[in-house]
Amino acid sequence: MDINLLKRRSEHEWEIPAHGAMRVPAVIYASEPLVRDMDHKVYEQAVNVATLPGIVGASYAMPDAHWGYGFPIGGVAAFDPDAGGVVSAGGVGFDISCGVRCLHTGLTRADVLPVQKALADVLYQRIPAGVGSTGAIRLGAEEMDAMLTGGARWAVERGWGAPADLERIEERGQMKHAKPDSVSPQAKKRQRDEMGTLGSGNHYLEVQEVTAVYDAAIAAAFGLAADDIVVMIHCGSRGLGHQIGTDYLRRMAVAAASYGITLPDRELACAPIESDVGREYLGAMRAAINCALANRQILTHLVRDVFAGILPRARLPLLYDVSHNTCKVEEHRADGGTRKLYVHRKGATRAFGPGHPDIPEPLRAVGQPVLIGGSMGTGSYVLAGTKASEALAFSSACHGAGRAMSRHQALRTWKGRQVIDELAGRGILIRSPSGRGVAEEAPGAYKDVAAVVDAADAAGLARKVARLEPLVCIKG
Amino acid sequence: MNAGWEHFPHGADVGVRGFGPTKAEAFEQAALALTAVVADPAAVTPREEVTIRCAAPDDELLLAEWLNGLIYEMATRKMLFGRFAVRLDGPNLHGQAWGEPVDAARHQPAVEIKGATYTALRVAREGGGWVAQTVVDV
Repeated sequence: MDINLLKRRSEHEWEIPAHGAMRVPAVIYASEPLVRDMDHKVYEQAVNVATLPGIVGASYAMPDAHWGYGFPIGGVAAFDPDAGGVVSAGGVGFDISCGVRCLHTGLTRADVLPVQKALADVLYQRIPAGVGSTGAIRLGAEEMDAMLTGGARWAVERGWGAPADLERIEERGQMKHAKPDSVSPQAKKRQRDEMGTLGSGNHYLEVQEVTAVYDAAIAAAFGLAADDIVVMIHCGSRGLGHQIGTDYLRRMAVAAASYGITLPDRELACAPIESDVGREYLGAMRAAINCALANRQILTHLVRDVFAGILPRARLPLLYDVSHNTCKVEEHRADGGTRKLYVHRKGATRAFGPGHPDIPEPLRAVGQPVLIGGSMGTGSYVLAGTKASEALAFSSACHGAGRAMSRHQALRTWKGRQVIDELAGRGILIRSPSGRGVAEEAPGAYKDVAAVVDAADAAGLARKVARLEPLVCIKG
Repeated sequence: MNAGWEHFPHGADVGVRGFGPTKAEAFEQAALALTAVVADPAAVTPREEVTIRCAAPDDELLLAEWLNGLIYEMATRKMLFGRFAVRLDGPNLHGQAWGEPVDAARHQPAVEIKGATYTALRVAREGGGWVAQTVVDV
């Protein structure tokens, strides 16, 4: 991106002043090298989002922003229903409620190393991963609707987890106001045999160790210390969410003109929050959030089962579960008052600061855990929400590294076996059904997640707490 | 213009582009490009036939519908397709796809496709033929 197009507000805050059809400015939070490295499409997309009706404050881009569809990935935008605000299927994306869950184990590196290979093999055997994989659970029509309404709470009631898990999930594990009736039969059919599956692409399940602690007090509150072993799960709402995204993108693209909305890009397809299409989408999208929460809960159950067989003294309570493709109704300060806004985060993590009532009580004083996934060879991070983030970007932070290289280029650069061998040499065991998939996800194909996290910390969006590095990675 | 397909780069995902002497052939080639995101189309044996019908108010939405129809069949049937036939009749598309169930060991499927986006979505006459393209989310 050409930084001459931007007004530098501070070291890590860059403004695209409102011009043309923009209703508000766009604001990018990043270091200068990250901004220079961003595709110009991020500029265009952040500008386009700023033209949508009812947008409040600014169209925001996080430090990991990259070219997405309609919205940039790493985009945040809030809309006011009382000002003609919209909800956008493109602004949430196809993988609704894709997110990251982190589990403690109570183990250290020394406990895991002797059984690292067995852990990798059995996790790979038990966690359905990759194209065409299916889970063991089949849901009839009634049970499907119960899952879409109940989320992780539904899963816990069926025996996949403990009630205490729910306290450590956004929305206490259950997104309210979900409407299974607004979910198409096609979307439900697509989910029929995909409960408890990991998916493919950048989704993964990793056993990781804490290799650095940056804020000892917050880390202690989160229950993290150097050498600790955790499990990180990255996946979303599977076929159901993908189909809901597809269904409503089309409905909104066709209906937008009838609501008098001019779309600078069809992918920005949206509808007024207070419209039939808008309300139906919100009901369906919330059902997909529940599907993602239930899916990560079932995967958690499978992981606990595997650990019980190999490391029986391990206990795997949740640290936290975040979703990074959502639209949620939240109260925020804007224009001198508190307003109820529909906050879209597409490839962005909610990051409530200390004291926020939605943070579980034991963590409330230090801020919400913000879980950032990296690539399989680099590392992941745990951050904490800050008070400042509220005013900066409606309490939002980054979500991951973002790709530096296309899949095609990665495939020409690496072979799957070579990546697996190289990582094994560094003590990281990869298990995947697809060599091509591993090559496309090679660590070198991703940007430096450390630079993204440092920028989020420096901008004040979230505070860096700990770094995690993988010992085992199950890749779809 | 000879019929063919290619991928074009997108930040996080993959652009699929088909081209050919007719619009219908460009749609068929775009479908081959779609399969190639997951696996080598030449490695897919065309032994089962699936019919896809869709309609849309314009050519570009029709392309997205066609690709999304295929993505749905791939997802629910756990299949890959290696051969396609498309007939266009105004706003209506009648498509056939031939393929087989996914075999992870043989096909080495890289990634599942979530949906066809409207990003870089374009159906147009170009160079004496037709081009049909969009970005798919993986």
